[in-house]
Amino acid sequence: MSRQAANTLEIEGLKTHFFTKAGIVKAVDGISFHVAAGEVLGLVGESGCGKSITGFSILGLVDPPGRIVSGAIRFQGRDIAGLPDEDLRRLRGDRIAMIFQDPMMTLNPVLRVDTQMVEAIRAHARVDQATALGRAREALAAVGIPSPERRLRAYPHELSGGMRQRIAIAIAFINRPDLVIADEPTTALDVTIQAQILHLAQELCRNSGTAMIWITHDLAVVSALADRIAVMYAGRIVEQGPVEDIVDRPLHPYTRGLLGSVPSHNARGRRLAQIPGMTPSLINLPGGCAFRTRCARAGPACLSDPPLTEPAAGRQLRCFDPVMAEAAA
Amino acid sequence: MSFEDAAAIVEAKGLSKRFVKRHDLAARIAARLVSGDGEEIVHAVDDVSLAIGRGEVVGLVGESGCGKSTLGRMISGLLEPTAGCVLFKGADRGALQGAEAKAARLAVQMIFQDPYASLNPRMRVEAIVGEAPVAHGLVSRADMGAYVRDMLRRVGLDPDFRRRYPHQFSGGQRSRIGIARALAVKPEFLVCDEAIAALDVSIQAQIINLFMDLREAFELTYLFISHDLGVVEHISDRIVIMYLGRVVEAAPTEELFAAPNHPYARALLAEVPRLGRQKRTFKPIAGEIPSPLAPPPGCHFHPRCPFASQRCRIEAPRLVAIAPGRFSACHLNDAA
Repeated sequence: MSRQAANTLEIEGLKTHFFTKAGIVKAVDGISFHVAAGEVLGLVGESGCGKSITGFSILGLVDPPGRIVSGAIRFQGRDIAGLPDEDLRRLRGDRIAMIFQDPMMTLNPVLRVDTQMVEAIRAHARVDQATALGRAREALAAVGIPSPERRLRAYPHELSGGMRQRIAIAIAFINRPDLVIADEPTTALDVTIQAQILHLAQELCRNSGTAMIWITHDLAVVSALADRIAVMYAGRIVEQGPVEDIVDRPLHPYTRGLLGSVPSHNARGRRLAQIPGMTPSLINLPGGCAFRTRCARAGPACLSDPPLTEPAAGRQLRCFDPVMAEAAA
Repeated sequence: MSFEDAAAIVEAKGLSKRFVKRHDLAARIAARLVSGDGEEIVHAVDDVSLAIGRGEVVGLVGESGCGKSTLGRMISGLLEPTAGCVLFKGADRGALQGAEAKAARLAVQMIFQDPYASLNPRMRVEAIVGEAPVAHGLVSRADMGAYVRDMLRRVGLDPDFRRRYPHQFSGGQRSRIGIARALAVKPEFLVCDEAIAALDVSIQAQIINLFMDLREAFELTYLFISHDLGVVEHISDRIVIMYLGRVVEAAPTEELFAAPNHPYARALLAEVPRLGRQKRTFKPIAGEIPSPLAPPPGCHFHPRCPFASQRCRIEAPRLVAIAPGRFSACHLNDAA
């Protein structure tokens, strides 16, 4: 948080709530983090923890009954939370891009690939059709699509899932954005294709200095890709720090549970260290630590909100009882 | 695999499945005009043999479209093979009659991927779990209530939930209902088709643990179909890798992960993301899995294989033993 100038994105105390008939859903409830240029931040959590809503909030894509209640989203030093839609549109797809989980949903099924790519370019830059087409062709080649000339004239349904996701990535990177938010972009893909996409994302960030937020539930994927990890649970970031610290010396019981649940992290055939119970409903969530009902170490203190602490340089934690014994080792 | 294991509980012999898509009128006219042939044929599974010993957990892995689900459905009896047969305890299941055929069918059950789509939304849990054992005379209707309560307890669900409908449960709980339904008819063999793929990481761990507990409690044998190599590595004794309808390698789990033989197996294992300390650079396999409508001739993997030779383009390699218990289908093994 100290290097104000170098951070592409800084989020402070962001709260996005949904005002439903059943009650207030605090999908994102006071989170703070930052991403520097060229850095990859892994935002990890299970379904319903608010990680996708965090991504949508940055882009101003939260629909009613949801809205950003408070907090600042500083993109290159400028607060973009609550900016008029017209100003946000100038940023979206140009300076900030998003890659979604399902490329079938993000590509328009009735438009050819070239139409969609050229549109993305010409919406933000005054270039003629031929120049835009040329840039689209280059972008497809850069994401490793064979015979880009032919793919440009294809419709999304004519392409495989891996190919479609690569086109979605090409579109996201086409205007050389400063920030890319990737929301589970490899979840629907096979391992070999997933590796290709990860490779691609890695290269694009390294080469262009783009900051990236990689939203996922898969710790294994993010541990190989990200520089830092933020673990979300029930709308809050419970732990944050460099990848090697989080993976080797997790402090929050939830992070430890998540790591223990990954099969390849365990001895073969052994029982996995599972977390009991399931994620709580976010409707009218009671106060205090949201994880306490599943936590083996919970005590009376956990009935009140755990404060944000800094157990080590560059690390943040929200827990009264960090597993200090292991951390000291 | 050719090893004739006397203790094999289920054995697939030369199983093939071809799906034929008949052309509609327009396509037939077009085909006649452009001298194309009549039908599109997908060789989903192409001459696969696989023996699974009693008490074994066999992991079946491969990318989408490789035929692993089709193979699982043929082994469970949901799909009729186009060629080949499935032996249950040494007897051809297709030739069995009457009570024997019914017993053989009940003994092999399936657990499906989607816990939302595989439960009837209009049935209460009690009926979902209890209907089959009553219909097959395993328990009397009067005892059904107690039997269902016991089954729910076994899979870690509160028996008081038995009057509820599927939509009142979370994904992990629905998975448990699907497992209870399969267990209710006292099977010996379970085919799990991506049974945990739709679940969150922490819930996945709970279900994996449940599978391992049930294996002990009910002396179950599993065919565990998954694209997630980390999960398969964790629970399987033996792993079978498929590519475009064919088995390319089969080996005990530890040996496979220590030294994969087939170039596809090597590439696939290298892609598994692991919890690592350091950032790694991903070196992907080039290309994508080809369309099963027009698989490449010879070895199906040759267009993506860095070691492909002229022979691989013409001749399909056979699955042969390369070490005790290990099988691989690659011409490179002949040269050595």
